[in-house]
Amino acid sequence: MTLLPAIRYRFMKDIGAPAAMRFAKMGKKRPARPPDPLFAPPLAATRRLKELISRHYFLSRYTRGAMPVAWVTSGAPVEILRPFGYYTLYPENHSALCGAQKVGGRMCAHAEEHGYSPDLCSYARIDLGHALTGNTPVGRLPRPDLLFASNNICQTVLYWYKILAARYGIPLILFDTPYRFADAEGGPDLEYMVGQMEAIIQQLEGISGRRFDREAFSRTIDLAKETSLLWGRVLATMKARPAPMTIFDAFAHMLPIVSLRGLESARGYYRLLLEELEERAERGVGAIREERKRLMWDNIAIWPRMREHANLFASHGMAFVTATYTNAWAETTPLLDPGRPLESLAKAYSCVILNHHLEHRLKLMERLIREYRVDGLVIHSARSCKPYSVGQYDIKRLLLERLSIPSVVIEADIADERAYAEEQTRTRLEAFFEALEEE
Amino acid sequence: MHYAAGIDVGSLSTEAVILDSEARIVGESILETGFHSTRAAEKAFEAALAHAGLPAEAIETAVATGYGRISVPFAAKRITEISCHALGAWRLFPDTGTVIDIGGQDSKVIQVGTEGRVLDFTMNDKCAAGTGRFLDVMAAKLEVPLEDLGRLSLEARGEATISSVCTVFAESEVVSLVARNHPREEIIRGIHRSIVHRVVSMVRVVGVQGQVTMTGGVALNQGVVALLSEELGRPVRVPAEPRTVGAFGAALHALKGGA
Repeated sequence: MTLLPAIRYRFMKDIGAPAAMRFAKMGKKRPARPPDPLFAPPLAATRRLKELISRHYFLSRYTRGAMPVAWVTSGAPVEILRPFGYYTLYPENHSALCGAQKVGGRMCAHAEEHGYSPDLCSYARIDLGHALTGNTPVGRLPRPDLLFASNNICQTVLYWYKILAARYGIPLILFDTPYRFADAEGGPDLEYMVGQMEAIIQQLEGISGRRFDREAFSRTIDLAKETSLLWGRVLATMKARPAPMTIFDAFAHMLPIVSLRGLESARGYYRLLLEELEERAERGVGAIREERKRLMWDNIAIWPRMREHANLFASHGMAFVTATYTNAWAETTPLLDPGRPLESLAKAYSCVILNHHLEHRLKLMERLIREYRVDGLVIHSARSCKPYSVGQYDIKRLLLERLSIPSVVIEADIADERAYAEEQTRTRLEAFFEALEEE
Repeated sequence: MHYAAGIDVGSLSTEAVILDSEARIVGESILETGFHSTRAAEKAFEAALAHAGLPAEAIETAVATGYGRISVPFAAKRITEISCHALGAWRLFPDTGTVIDIGGQDSKVIQVGTEGRVLDFTMNDKCAAGTGRFLDVMAAKLEVPLEDLGRLSLEARGEATISSVCTVFAESEVVSLVARNHPREEIIRGIHRSIVHRVVSMVRVVGVQGQVTMTGGVALNQGVVALLSEELGRPVRVPAEPRTVGAFGAALHALKGGA
């Protein structure tokens, strides 16, 4: 770390970023709006979330020379990077952001013009589109110094990150998690993963020229675990009837647990959010004004359609109270154990639903359905995410057989707004609402 | 006596059905939708009223369904065609467990429970394969009136193989079959087989239960009905007028709501 960039980063962090956030907020003073007929007043924490995200992307521009930057997959054990002081960015999160701003299609098209197939994941296409053209709605992303990927979420990330490694000429660290075909604990798979972790630490020491600080690592694990538990409690507030937030809110509030895990800022944020939600649940304030039925969501969000869908569901009194997606960051990270950091890290990251056999996912869904008193299931068959979408028709059939839970499948995409048929999706959803209302 | 109306504004045609309080059909009409959904709905409604010999004021409640359901200003309620086909088919054949509706723009398979309730459904709405549109394109290519397709396919001695499930690619397969002077009847039968395969795979997703009733315009094609029944290994029943089942179901909903 050279002195000047380090001082500049420090200055931007302590003075520049807060000033920029204040400046951005000025002039945005909206007049008091009349109460929304569908939704409760917005959560106060949402403003803090927006600040957190803006600040995270804003500060990333001042890292050059001050600290190394790593691009990380959503399922990689980022805790291992923290003691080395990497500034971490998540291309998947950036792609979701592009999707939500409806520029995903345009960025995918850049990748397609360079020969990448439209059948590839749109997160990958958007990121490659960004890498090839520098286009991004967040202004500018810093060039990465390191790539860190794990195949616990899909195999696409390996090839996607190999392309990035070649393009930027930087090292790529891969963490391979054998697929869990059974529930068996320990064994050669665990040894294999712990072995990789040791090798990754050595690799990182070589790249960074720094010794691995095991104490700092344990503290990070502790912090990540506590943050995950807080996220789990945030989600659990939706067990209340009416639910104080919906999954559409959770899709937005999940950013810190995905991208800022193992950092103080994420823990602080969830303490704030949890307090507000618990208070709302206590007062019986529902996120939507009239909660008639409670639903579960399966698969990644349809980012470009969040607002439209939130309105459509709310206008029918349908509240999403749980999702396999948002739950993924609360499901296994509590397994983290600062006393046995490497082993627990391997366990937590290899047990995620996408790396697990279908019966496991089914049991998880059955538990969520019971705990959150779910009336119906909406299954997003995502064009991009094959590992998440395969087996959904079996899940649909089995949940109907075992728990009499009706469901509907909608075909869309996570971030490419071009793969969406508005009228057809609306008809499917409305038919599903009609069937639910008749029960 | 009070009356109820159902209007089904589909992608190709618009139907209206008027029921008396005993749920007997007293008037019905079928028109092309054209480019203006609201006008099509009004015209179909007027035609059905004329058929019934009733003034518009006699109708207590109207329910709209189909893709144009949002464009029917005089409808008291809008209900999806999935619920309407289920209720309509169940009312015509009370032992119906599965409804197959092949319309102009999409096809659906609906599992029907007691009282015509929708238990589950699946739709093909992302491509033209397995829809009436597919037959439209093929009939034009072969210069056969749409309504003759069924009869011709039943007359075929053999069957051409159409392997693609995509309308555009299937059309090019038909072009090459025509180029080789393949008998037209056999090509038609091959086309029907292709659409039936698409629909049967949807039926398997939902699962067949009880008696199978087919609704929608394509049900008028006996060639498709015969192959569907062969592939499913069970009879497929078709109402006397399969095209108005959606509007009939909508009118039944109107009667329920208005009573």
